[in-house]
Amino acid sequence: MKYMLLIYVDEGGFQRLPKDEAERGLAAYQSYTEALTQAGVRVASDRLQPVASATTVRVANGKTNVLNGPYAETREQLGGFYMIDVPDLDAALSWAARCPGASHGVVEVRPIWTM
Amino acid sequence: MTAQEGDQNARDAAERAARQSYGKLVAFLAHRMRDVAAAEDALAEAFAAALTDWPVQGVPDRPEAWLLTVARRKAIDGERRRRRGDDAAGHLRLVAEELAEHAAGAKEAQIPDHRLALIFACAHPAIDERIRAPLILQTVLGFDAATIASAFLVAPAAMAQRLVRAKTKIREAGIPLRVPEQGELRDRLEPVLEAIYAAFSEGWSDPAGTETRRRNLADEAIWLGRLVTALLPDEPEALGLLALMLFAEARRGARRDAAGNYVPLGEQDPELWNARLIDEAETALLRASRNGAVGRYQLEAAVQSAHVVRRRTGRADWAAIVRLYEALMALTGSPVVAINRAVAIAEADGPEAGLALLDATGEDARLKEYQPYWAARAELLRRAGDVAGAGEAYRLAIGLEADPAVRDFLQQRRARLNAPTSF
Repeated sequence: MKYMLLIYVDEGGFQRLPKDEAERGLAAYQSYTEALTQAGVRVASDRLQPVASATTVRVANGKTNVLNGPYAETREQLGGFYMIDVPDLDAALSWAARCPGASHGVVEVRPIWTM
Repeated sequence: MTAQEGDQNARDAAERAARQSYGKLVAFLAHRMRDVAAAEDALAEAFAAALTDWPVQGVPDRPEAWLLTVARRKAIDGERRRRRGDDAAGHLRLVAEELAEHAAGAKEAQIPDHRLALIFACAHPAIDERIRAPLILQTVLGFDAATIASAFLVAPAAMAQRLVRAKTKIREAGIPLRVPEQGELRDRLEPVLEAIYAAFSEGWSDPAGTETRRRNLADEAIWLGRLVTALLPDEPEALGLLALMLFAEARRGARRDAAGNYVPLGEQDPELWNARLIDEAETALLRASRNGAVGRYQLEAAVQSAHVVRRRTGRADWAAIVRLYEALMALTGSPVVAINRAVAIAEADGPEAGLALLDATGEDARLKEYQPYWAARAELLRRAGDVAGAGEAYRLAIGLEADPAVRDFLQQRRARLNAPTSF
């Protein structure tokens, strides 16, 4: 079954980190990605650029509304994702717990819709 | 045999099969299909088929096997109807089994027991905690949504909807029907035990078990407790929970007098306690203590044990009870435990000592609407000679009590405050 691991973090926190800690943080993600790949469960993954770069598009009444900023103004924002293919929810949760994002933010695990 | 007798025979046989094997059949099918709702549907259809088929063909030698075979076929049909692309594998699995069994001539084989796996799936962290106990009652014990709803004081439509949502989640999110690995077992066991205890507590609010139409939840919870300890014989907290429930259940006959009046624990006649259940509880507690991992259920069961020792010594072991509540406080920090501890200390050191602790606990806002807090306060104030304070506390306790028998009891106590000579 395919699952999305959606990583929500307070990006301000990451930006405020001293350089060596930030490097360790990134290295942790690299190791995690490597582990998923080695296990043969990684389908896709990417890091998103900060919310300052986000633009929201909404079409209503035939009009396209383009707004500056993310969908929701929350402290934690979507920072990246992993798509994995594992046998069941427990396996997905187990991987989510290992994701560095789970320690300094929140990881939401959602099954992918199958047609 | 007349057609009517045949009908009745079939119905009786079907009911027997349901009582003995419903949970096992659902668990087995759910395990195969990875879908609890579909398993329930398939089994329901199989039972319906039994009620039309058995009166005509006669009751089969092995009703459970018959039901399982038919349910599997219904399940395959169901999957085809639903045509979910992702579950082609599940479909094929069922068909393959069907063929294999047919080829093997369906020898007498025990239907594997997957009930524990089903219970763990129902109590999975991904399932809304309010629905775990109801889900177990429905899937493993075959309760209908309306009965469960009334037990938990929830509107039937809301309960039915939540149950459906939970089972959908099991399927859609891929919650496994599997007993967790040793390393995770203790953590995952906690919500299972909580769910069983929740069911037991609901059953406990029907003290005389007089609502027979609504099945006795306490009995069913104990049955589940026995099942879990049978399947996990060394789990100390499972044994502790079973012991706790058995101690409580043992006293059911003494909780009300012949006239239906409430009898508090301290005034119950030990002769009316069920000695066999107490013995079973003591045995379970002893087995638990051998595993060395103390937990809240074992501690609560030990408190019960210290109360029922009265049957031998004439007096509860209050010193032990105080120590046990100290340990429970350290473990849980629960205000409810604090109240019980205060009452125990009052027994050992006098009402003022108990009241001092109650005052400290009373800071917790949650207790303002908690009947036992006011009842305990009233009792201790009475003993300390504060008639006005006791009267006020009884008034609050009475207003917060749902059980009419307990209300009557409290009202009598309050009335006696103003006529002390009639004690």
